[in-house]
Amino acid sequence: MAGYTYTVFILIIPLVVFLITGLLGMKWKPIVSGIIGTIGLGISFTLSIITAITYFWGGSHGAEGFHAIIPFELTWLKFTETLIIKMGILLDPISVMMLVVVTTISFMVHIYSLGYMKGEVGFARFYSFLSLFTFSMLGLVIAPNIFQMYIFWELVGVSSFLLIGFYYTKPSAVAASKKAFIVTRFADLGFLIGILILSFITGTFDFAKLTEPGTAIFASAASMSFMGISAMTWAMTLIFIGGAGKSAMFPFHIWLPDAMEGPTPVSALIHAATMVVAGVFLVARMFTVIHFQAPDAQEIIAYVGGFTSLFAAIIAITQYDIKRVLAFSTLSQLGYMMLSLGVSGYGGEEGLGFMASMFHLFTHAMFKALLFLGAGSIIHAVHSNYMYDMGGLRKYMPITHITFLIACLTIAGVPPLSGFFSKDEILVAAYNHNKLLFAVEYIVAGLTAFYMFRLYFSVFWGKDRHYHHTPHESPLTMSIPLMFLAVASIFAGFLPFHHLVTSDKLGFVTEMHYAIAIPSVLIGLFGIAMAWILYKKESGVPAKMAKSWGILYTATYNKFYFDEIYLFVTKKIIFNYISRPIAWFDRHIIDGFMVGIGMTTERISYRIKGMQSGQLQHYAFMFVAGTLALTLSMLYFLM
Amino acid sequence: MTVLHFLFLVPYLILNFIKYIKVNILTLLVIIPILTMIGILFTKDNKGARLVSAAGMGVQLITTAVLVLSYLAARKSGLMNEMLFTADYMWFPSLNIHYAIGVDGIAVAMIALTSIVVFAGIFASWEVEYLSREFFISLILLATGVYGFFISLDLFTMFLFYELAVIPMYLLIGVWGTGPKESSAMKLTLMLMGGSALLMVGIFGIYFNSAPDGGPLTFNILEISKISMPLDVQRFFFPFTFIGFGILGALFPFHTWSPDGHASAPTAVSMLHAGVLMKLGGYGCFRVAIFLMPEAAHEMAWIFIILTTISVVYGAFGAIWQNDLKFINAYSSVSHCGLVIFALLMLNQTAMDGAILQMISHGLMTALFFALIGMIYGRTHTRDVNEMGGLMKVIPFLAVVYMIAGFASLGLPGLSGFVAEMTVFVGAFQHQDMFHRVVTVIVASSIVITAVYILRVVGMILLGPLKDQHHAHLQDAKWFEKLSTVTLVLAVAAIGIAPLWLSDTIIASLKPIIDKLAMIAP
Amino acid sequence: MIEGIGIEHFLVVSTLMFFIGVCGFIIRRNLITMLMSIELILNSVNINFLVFNRYLYPDQMQGHFFSLFIVGIAAAEASVAIALIINIYRNLQNIDVENVSEMKY
Repeated sequence: MAGYTYTVFILIIPLVVFLITGLLGMKWKPIVSGIIGTIGLGISFTLSIITAITYFWGGSHGAEGFHAIIPFELTWLKFTETLIIKMGILLDPISVMMLVVVTTISFMVHIYSLGYMKGEVGFARFYSFLSLFTFSMLGLVIAPNIFQMYIFWELVGVSSFLLIGFYYTKPSAVAASKKAFIVTRFADLGFLIGILILSFITGTFDFAKLTEPGTAIFASAASMSFMGISAMTWAMTLIFIGGAGKSAMFPFHIWLPDAMEGPTPVSALIHAATMVVAGVFLVARMFTVIHFQAPDAQEIIAYVGGFTSLFAAIIAITQYDIKRVLAFSTLSQLGYMMLSLGVSGYGGEEGLGFMASMFHLFTHAMFKALLFLGAGSIIHAVHSNYMYDMGGLRKYMPITHITFLIACLTIAGVPPLSGFFSKDEILVAAYNHNKLLFAVEYIVAGLTAFYMFRLYFSVFWGKDRHYHHTPHESPLTMSIPLMFLAVASIFAGFLPFHHLVTSDKLGFVTEMHYAIAIPSVLIGLFGIAMAWILYKKESGVPAKMAKSWGILYTATYNKFYFDEIYLFVTKKIIFNYISRPIAWFDRHIIDGFMVGIGMTTERISYRIKGMQSGQLQHYAFMFVAGTLALTLSMLYFLM
Repeated sequence: MTVLHFLFLVPYLILNFIKYIKVNILTLLVIIPILTMIGILFTKDNKGARLVSAAGMGVQLITTAVLVLSYLAARKSGLMNEMLFTADYMWFPSLNIHYAIGVDGIAVAMIALTSIVVFAGIFASWEVEYLSREFFISLILLATGVYGFFISLDLFTMFLFYELAVIPMYLLIGVWGTGPKESSAMKLTLMLMGGSALLMVGIFGIYFNSAPDGGPLTFNILEISKISMPLDVQRFFFPFTFIGFGILGALFPFHTWSPDGHASAPTAVSMLHAGVLMKLGGYGCFRVAIFLMPEAAHEMAWIFIILTTISVVYGAFGAIWQNDLKFINAYSSVSHCGLVIFALLMLNQTAMDGAILQMISHGLMTALFFALIGMIYGRTHTRDVNEMGGLMKVIPFLAVVYMIAGFASLGLPGLSGFVAEMTVFVGAFQHQDMFHRVVTVIVASSIVITAVYILRVVGMILLGPLKDQHHAHLQDAKWFEKLSTVTLVLAVAAIGIAPLWLSDTIIASLKPIIDKLAMIAP
Repeated sequence: MIEGIGIEHFLVVSTLMFFIGVCGFIIRRNLITMLMSIELILNSVNINFLVFNRYLYPDQMQGHFFSLFIVGIAAAEASVAIALIINIYRNLQNIDVENVSEMKY
C-alpha cells in the first residue's frame, strides 16, 4: 500500500512548523509565525482531505470491509521480543475520519487566530504551541499501536497544558492549566496501567492484533482475575479511565470548564473539537476488545456517558460565562458519544451505536468549534465572557449571529441540520439497548436545546448593554472560518457514515426511525420554545425561578461543589495529611535517627574523654592497675 | 581555524595519539583529568583555571565520543566479548590486586553520561571566584574517581576509585557550599563512609570466597562471575554490598544525606553528585551485588523492592511539601533513584534495561535541574519558591529550559524520562508474580505525584505575575550558561526521541547477567 | 660471696624496689622524683636480669648484656628527661607534673 506514504507529511509539517516557530519565532515579526503555521496546516489539511477521498472512495474497500493500511512504520523502542513500540501510521476508517476532523478544525482555528490573537503578546508562541498540539493530536489518531497512542496522548496533554496556560501571568490560567494537566495525568495513570495489563495478557501493543476478530491472544486472560474482577475488565476499565480523563467524563470533568481560561480558539480546537474526543476515539479504537472481552466495562462506559451527559446539561443551564456554558455542553455531548459506544453491538445494524458515536463526533466537532469560534468573536467584540454583559448583538454582528444560530439549531437537533442525524442515531442505538439511558438522553436533548437557546437569546436578543465601544463584526480572518464551519454543520449530516465508519468496517443500511426522531425533534423544539419565552425578552422570570429552586439552584450553579471536593482532597488530604507528615517524618524521624547515631557517638566520646586527663600519673596508675588486674585474673584462672 | 575544523581534528588527533602511544583509551580517560589537574596547578587566576578545566573536559568529552564510536564499531564488527578494551596490570601481587579495566555497553553509556555532566558542570561553575583553582581541581578529582569506577573490573580498584570520588565531595561542599555547609558536608561524607564500610565488608567477603575450590583469591569481577559462591556466603554478604552501594543510590531509609548535601553544595557539585555520583550506587548494585551474587539477589529482592517502592512514592510525596528548590529536587532524586534500584531488583532484561536508562536519564535531567537552580539562585539570591514568581517574563531562556527539565522529570514523551520510566514499568509488569505487579502499579503512581510537585514549582516560580519587583531586571542566561544547559537538553532530547540504539546497546550488554539469572529462576 | 643467699632474697629486694618505684611514679608530683622512681624501676629490673642469669644460666651472659644496655639507656633517658624538665621549668616556672596537661584530648 505504498500509495499513502505522503500521509507522513500530514504529521511532519506541523512538527517542523513547531520547531521553526518555537526556536526562531521571537526573531521575526509575530505575523510571520502565524502565516507559516497557517500555510503548513493548510498543506496538512489538503493532504488529509486527499487521503480521506482516496481512502473512502478509492477502492480500499474489499470484501471484508475497509482495509487497515500501515503505509509507514519504524521501530522506536524494543521492550522484549514481542513488546515493541513502533512509530507509524495506521489508516482505517476512524483514523482517516479523525485526520479530517483534526486538520479541518485546526486549519480553521489557525486562520481564525490570525485575527483573534492579533497583537497579543506571544503570538509566535501561540502558533508554535498550536502546531505542537496539532502534531500530537494527529500522531494520536493515526497511532497503529496503543503505546504510540499513549505517547501522543501525553504530548497532547502537555500542549493542552501549555495552551490553557497561555496567559501565564494570569494566576487563574496557571491554576487551570495545572488542574487540567494533573487531573488528566491521574486518569492517564489508569490508561498506563491498563496498557500494562493488556500487554501482559496479550504480549502485544498492536491494534491490528488486538482488534482482530476471533483472535486467540486473550485466551490466557480467562483464568486471570484480581479482587474478583476479571483481568480484561480491569484492563479495559482502566483504559477507559484514561479516556474518561481526556474526555472529561464524570468524575474527571472538573478540569474542562476551568480550561476555558485559555484563548478562545484554543478552547475551540482542543477543548471542544479534538483533544476531548480523544477519549471517545480511544474507546472506539479498542471497541472490539471492550465489546467482546470486557462487556462489564462496556456497561460502565454506557452509564458513565449517560450520567455525564445529564449532569453536565443540568449545570449548563445555570452558568453565565458563555464559554463555560459551551464547555458543559461539550461535556454533555461527549457523554452522548460515550454512551453510544457503551450501548453499541458489533457488526451491521447492531453496531449502530458505534457508527452513531463516530458520526456525532464528526458533526459535533464542526458545530462545537463553530460555537466556540462564534463565542470568541462575541468576546472579541464586547470584551467580556459573561452573558449579562451581552445583549442585542444581532444588529452589530450579523455573520456571527447567523452562524451561531445555525450552530445552535444543529446542536438542538433540528432537521435537516447535521446534529439531527447523528443525535437521532444515538437515540435509536440507546433505545435498542437500554431504555433507561434512552429516557435520560431524551431529557438531555430537551435540556440541550433549552440552554443553547438561553445562551443565544440572551446574547443576540434582549436589550443592548453598556459596551466600551460599539460592538463590530469581526475581521474576515475570523468570519471565514465561521462561515466554513456553518456550511459544514449544515451539510455534514448527509455524509454516508453508515457506509464509511462502522464497527466491522462493512457498510450497512439505516433508515429513519420516525417513532424516535419525531419526538426528539419535538422535545428540542419545546426546549427552544421555553428559552424563547424566558429569555427572548428581558424578564424577571428566570431570576424568580432560580430563587424558587433555592438550594438546588445554588448547588447546580456551583457545579455540585465538585471543585471544592477535589480541592479538599488535594489541598487538605494530600498536601496536609500526606505530604506534610512525610516531610516532617523524613526530617525528624529518619534524618533524626541518622543524626542521632552521630550525636550518640559524640556524646559517648564526650563522656569518656575525661579519662584522657593529660595527667601522666593517671595513665601510669591505669596501666599498673590494669596490668595487676590482668595478672591476678590470669593467676586466678590458671591456678 | 574554525570550530568545525576543531571538531573534526581533535578526535582524529586523539585516535592517532592513542594508536601511537599504545595506551588503552580507558586509561586515557583517567589520565586526561589528572593532566588537567596538573595543568590547573600552573595557572595563575580563575580565568586560567576555568579555561584549562574546560579544555581538559572538552577533550575528555571528545575522547568519550571516540570511545562510544569505537565501542559501537567493535560491536558491529562482531566482537562478542563481554568486556571490550580490556587491560590488566598486576598492581599488588600478594593480594592479587590488579589494575584491570574494560567496558561493556552499560559502562560506556555511564561514561558518556559522566562526560556530558562534567562538561556542563564546568560551564555551570564558570563564575566561581573563591579559590577557583582548588575548586576545579577538586571537581576534576571527583570526576577522575567516577571514571575510574566505571572502567574498573577489579573490585579493589573499583572501591579505591569510589572512595576517590567521595572524598573531594567533603571539601567541595564544606568549602564552596552555602547555608549550613559544614554540617551538611559532614553528614553526607559520614553517611557515605558508613556505606563504604559496609561495602568494604562485602567486597572482602566476596574476595575471600572467590576461590571455593582452592587456588588464588581474586578481585576480578569477570573471574568471580564465573564461579558461583556458596549460597550462605551470598546471603551474608549480599546485604552488605547492596546496602553499601544503596546508600549512595539514596535507598530508603539511608537517603537523608541527599537533601542536606544537595542543598548546601555548590551548583556544579550538586550536578555531579546527583547526576553521576548517585549513579555509582545503582551501577555498583548492578555490577557487583546482583551480578556476583545472583542467587542471594533473587532471594532477598523482595525486601529491597519494598524499600525502593517506599523510596519512590515517599520521595515524591516528600517533594510536594518542600519550599527550597534544591530540596524539591533532592527528594525528586530520591524518588527517581529509587526507581533505578527498584527496576534492577526486578531481575529481568527489560526492567534492568529500564534501570540503566533511568540512571542516564535521571543523571542528565537532574544535572540540568541543579544547573538551572544554581543559575536562578545566582540571580535571585533565594531558593525559596514562595519568594519567586513570574520569572518566565524576566529570564525566558532559563525558564523555558527549566520547564523542559520539569517535563523530562515528569516523563513527557520525547524526553528521556519517559523512555526510562516506561521501560521500567513494562519490564517490571512482565513478572509472573502478583507481588511484583502490584508494587509496579504503586510505583507507577509516582508519575502523578511527580507531575504535582513539578507543576507546583513551575507554577510558583516561573508563571503567574512577577512577585518580587527586585527580580524585574534580572539578566537572562550568559553564553556559558547557555552552553551548559543546551548540552544537557540536547542529550535529554536525543535519548527521548531516538532511544532504540541506546536501549539495544544496553540490552546486548545485559546478556551475561540475564543468562546467570535464567539459570537460577527459569 | 653470694653462696648461701637464696634467689628469693634478691627477688624480694627487686620486687620491693620495683613497687617503690611504681608508687613513687604514680604518687609523687615532682618530675625529678618521678624520674628517680623510674630509675628505681629500671634498676630493679637490672637486678632481676643479673640474678636470673647468675642462678639459672650461670654459663651464659645475656642477662649481663641486657643490664648493661639498660644502664646505658637509663643514662640516655635521664638526660633527655632532665632536658625536658628544664624546658618545662623554663616555661611553667615549676616542675609539678599536674601542670603539664597541655596535650590532653
